Amino acid sequence: MSDDLELASTSQAQPDRFEDPGLPPHTPRRGDLDPKANKVSERIVVALFTISILGTIAMIAAYFALPPGQTAATMQRSNLAMGLGLAFALLGIGTGAVHWAKSLMSDHEVSEQRHELRSSDEVRAEAVAALKEGAEDSAIGRRTVLKGAVATSLALFPLTIAVPLIGNVGGDWDVAKFKHTMWKKGTRLTTDPLGRPIKAADVTIGSITSVMPEGIEQTAHPLDEKAKAVVVLLRLDPRDLKIQPGREDWQYDGIVAYSKICTHVGCPVALYEQQTHHLLCPCHQSTFDVADGAKVVFGPAKRALPQLPITVDSDGYLVASSDFTEPVGPSFWERLR
Amino acid sequence: MSWFAAHRHDRRAPLFLLLLALLTTGGVYALLVPPTASAASTTSTDEISAGQKLFTANCATCHGPGATGTAAAPSLVGVGAAAVDFQVGTGRMPAQMSGPQVQVKPVQFDADQIAQLAAYVASLGPGPSIPTAEQVDPAKGDPATGMALFRTNCAQCHNAVGAGGSLSQGKFAPNLWQTTPTHLYEAMLTGPQSMPVFNQATLTSEEKRDIIAFVTKQGGEQPGGLSLGSLGPVSEGLWAWVIGLGALLGAAVWIGAKSS
Amino acid sequence: MTSPAAATADYLDQRTGIGGAVKEFARKVFPDHWSFLLGEIALYSFVTLLISGTFLTMFFVPSMTEVTYHGPWASLQGTRMSEAFASTLRLSFEVRGGLLMRQVHHWAALIFMASIVTHMMRVFFTGAFRKPRELNWVVGFTLLLLGLAAGFSGYSLPDDVLSGNGLRISDGVLRAVPIIGTYGSYFLFGGEFPGEALIPRLFTVHILLVPGLILALVGLHLFMVVLAKHTQYPGSGRSDRNVVGFPLFPVYVAKAGGFFFMVFGVIALMAATMQINPVWNYGPYDPSPVSAGSQPDWYMLFLDGALRLMPGGAEFVVGGFTVPLNILIPAMVVPGVLFGVLATYPFIEAYATGDRREHHVLDRPRNRPFRTALGVSLLVAFFVLVLAGSNDLIATHFHLSINDITWVLRFALFLAPAAAFVVTKRMCLALQRRDRELVLHGHEHATILRTQSGEYIEVHQPLNEHERWIRVQHDPIRPLQVAPAQDSRGVRRKGYAADVRRAKLSRLFYADRVEPVTPAELAAAHSHGEHDALPGATAQHELVPGGHGALVADEDGH
Repeated sequence: MSDDLELASTSQAQPDRFEDPGLPPHTPRRGDLDPKANKVSERIVVALFTISILGTIAMIAAYFALPPGQTAATMQRSNLAMGLGLAFALLGIGTGAVHWAKSLMSDHEVSEQRHELRSSDEVRAEAVAALKEGAEDSAIGRRTVLKGAVATSLALFPLTIAVPLIGNVGGDWDVAKFKHTMWKKGTRLTTDPLGRPIKAADVTIGSITSVMPEGIEQTAHPLDEKAKAVVVLLRLDPRDLKIQPGREDWQYDGIVAYSKICTHVGCPVALYEQQTHHLLCPCHQSTFDVADGAKVVFGPAKRALPQLPITVDSDGYLVASSDFTEPVGPSFWERLR
Repeated sequence: MSWFAAHRHDRRAPLFLLLLALLTTGGVYALLVPPTASAASTTSTDEISAGQKLFTANCATCHGPGATGTAAAPSLVGVGAAAVDFQVGTGRMPAQMSGPQVQVKPVQFDADQIAQLAAYVASLGPGPSIPTAEQVDPAKGDPATGMALFRTNCAQCHNAVGAGGSLSQGKFAPNLWQTTPTHLYEAMLTGPQSMPVFNQATLTSEEKRDIIAFVTKQGGEQPGGLSLGSLGPVSEGLWAWVIGLGALLGAAVWIGAKSS
Repeated sequence: MTSPAAATADYLDQRTGIGGAVKEFARKVFPDHWSFLLGEIALYSFVTLLISGTFLTMFFVPSMTEVTYHGPWASLQGTRMSEAFASTLRLSFEVRGGLLMRQVHHWAALIFMASIVTHMMRVFFTGAFRKPRELNWVVGFTLLLLGLAAGFSGYSLPDDVLSGNGLRISDGVLRAVPIIGTYGSYFLFGGEFPGEALIPRLFTVHILLVPGLILALVGLHLFMVVLAKHTQYPGSGRSDRNVVGFPLFPVYVAKAGGFFFMVFGVIALMAATMQINPVWNYGPYDPSPVSAGSQPDWYMLFLDGALRLMPGGAEFVVGGFTVPLNILIPAMVVPGVLFGVLATYPFIEAYATGDRREHHVLDRPRNRPFRTALGVSLLVAFFVLVLAGSNDLIATHFHLSINDITWVLRFALFLAPAAAFVVTKRMCLALQRRDRELVLHGHEHATILRTQSGEYIEVHQPLNEHERWIRVQHDPIRPLQVAPAQDSRGVRRKGYAADVRRAKLSRLFYADRVEPVTPAELAAAHSHGEHDALPGATAQHELVPGGHGALVADEDGH
């Protein structure tokens, strides 16, 4: 293709380019001329290697003499002593070797010829001939059915490993689990992490409580359940609270519960500014207004936090009226299906 | 309910209702106010009047003559002595500049004056009182429970070890390493500025003390050496580039340089 | 009599024929320059990672089984945690030297990635990726990706809250992928997040799969360096046909070997004095807590920053299916563009240059204004994203509003790289002009002479030939020209449209340029006197518009 691009070069009377003047003359080091300086360099190298030896000894001594102990201070002392020993052991060798190379070994630069990487035309021709001969010998070009069989079998056999691997690696592959949490009608709200049930009367305005469903510790996979079911419970002045249409009975006297899992990528949305009623995600700063249905007011999230419908049971404890009515957490393809 | 309906017209009904009302009020009061919230009754009237004078001279411009609030500052009726001790005791009040949030400044009043101000504000309406020394004693708390609670309730704003963090619009959650146990307790109890309130339902008095036990252990010596501000991977990355790669580039330049 | 050394050598050579290799390699020449050691930092920090990592595997238990902690750390006493977290605490607090090795490992990982990036910058800005080294650039690029994989899998192993929230974000990003996202999440976690399969899986990836691949590719990377011999900076006596430097044995062995100990030593010094990833401060993973300042290690920070900058409105629903572009754009498209440009750049540039020669003498960055400007603008974009990933810390440390920072950076992501491109390109051209100035007029001498006629002139000292060579040695690269659409018989030729596209790209790269001084220009400058403006040195002439010159594009010898 580029053969069609114009290839031409301007010619002039003067040479086109300057000449490479060749390597500049070598300037000797002090040690090359003065044997005394040379000796000094050698002593420095010896001293550096000696530092390394001392470093190793210090490290071993610290290992035996300074156990990490029980407090941050003793741990820090142990780490510092062993680490400094190690660092000096290493830096002594490193600087010693480099100083040796720089000051005592030859500093005459040498030049080596390069050769083009491509093989010569003869070698290429021989390679091509060898391949051709082999191809003819196997007659792979003519035996098309055989060729097809070989290709198919090679293409298929990885399935023997891939199918069982993929079959097992995703557990039960039941992705519908993303759409449900363990909240159901009557599940009590309990404090996270200590699991105390919460009386509606005890929740004050301006407070936020991280909440998990009662009985979560008794489930088969508490962390998996918690990763979906964790909720924040807030009480707002009922005058500030804009109740969303259709959700009139989802709150109890200004007490609302929202999923703590961000609708962006799933960090816990826990940072609450009680004056502005804003909930922030500390990971990516998505900001939700809990006074207005936890709708997004800033940041990379699109959807409001799902609200958990709550009410009070006969003993005055806060309970869920149902599960969330939409999947919690980050968006996914079949979320609304 | 039918029992109520049947006895509604009983002669003793008003008495009964009065009793019920008193009990309810007392109960709600007891729930809303921590056990020691009897500041108003134990402080002397001298203290209250001294506090009122201080208040009128220093606070009434913004909070209004009766501390009932103005457009510039909220009402202080019912905020309790704890809020005053925290706001004035940490130097946040009296506020100086307007800004995203009121800053910590040198404390303007001595301990007696703060106590007088607190007594005055507490006398305006029932509110949380200043915790006792025992309530905030780190030695009596369990740092492990404190850490579990701190992680869930505090770390999202104040960082995992209380180094502080950012809120929206220029507000921030301050570093907690220099805060006194009493002020820590009062902050949880009263929810100053952006901070939410952590009442008995969220954190009991014992749990608050556990948190204090955890927080007061932070900010000191670290097992691994310098803490780099305990700010996490960003500061670690910065130092890896500045110190680590900086030193290694220096070494590389030394190795590549011609010896004299 | 043979010495033991000779006897050993004889033994080995009889069985391996290694004598030939020793003869070949012992005096192999390596050019000396500090920037050639950047790749070595990466190699040596990788060796450091292998050494310290092996130590850690002896004590780390990759299991998510729940245990209760009973150890020296009071704040976690009686806390329930995974065995992975508990064993991390044990190896930090109870294994002597364990904390040191853990900190060595983590600092080495940060240095490893930092040195890969700086090494890549050196290779990029000096054009070391040009033929015959394009494939080695691809190998190096793959190593960068593997480094990211190694870092990410290792970061998550202790099963603490910080890395756990990182995994949660990864899960959220994975789920955002259309159609297969949820299955991808199940694939990674063996079911629902967080599950109990992840840590053992990441462990295998982290200690076997990824390091194995890195080791193999590092071997290939170095083999290809030896094969093509090292590049060298321009200078007198250095050409595309030779390599000037010091012999492998003894000078380079001592320097490179010594440098390994220095790299390990610096990392050890950091591990001794600076705490890194104190997982005991974060606590064991639990889906509910999160800490302010939750960020990934620096090399993943740009992704976190992109996620923070993206406005949320981009998510939409089509036909009942959710397409979260607010996640897909920052987490997939942004790194896709960045890595796509990096991976393919050598091929794009070769296509635009129409160049098929081997290059062993490096470019001075100023002599390739477009490339240098592109590299700087990519770096600036990366840096803007890193700042965005640190926006909460910038807010607290500089008393700014995090919302304002986010808004400023949203614009800066587009404006700053564009500005950096223009400024860098202008600077490169200006530096080239200064080079021309120096070659033509020499150094200013700070001596003013008055001629007999009363004219004042400043004496200029001409450059010596070595000083001059470095400024004139490079090829003048001109945009490719399109041959006519019709051949001599008036038949419209094939590939004309493709050639036009290619010429356009070539003009984009090379239309603005300053050409090196030619001997004719220098001769003219001398004959006209020091101060005369030369036809070849005027600004108009320097910036030869595309289509003026023609280029020898093919010196391949066909």
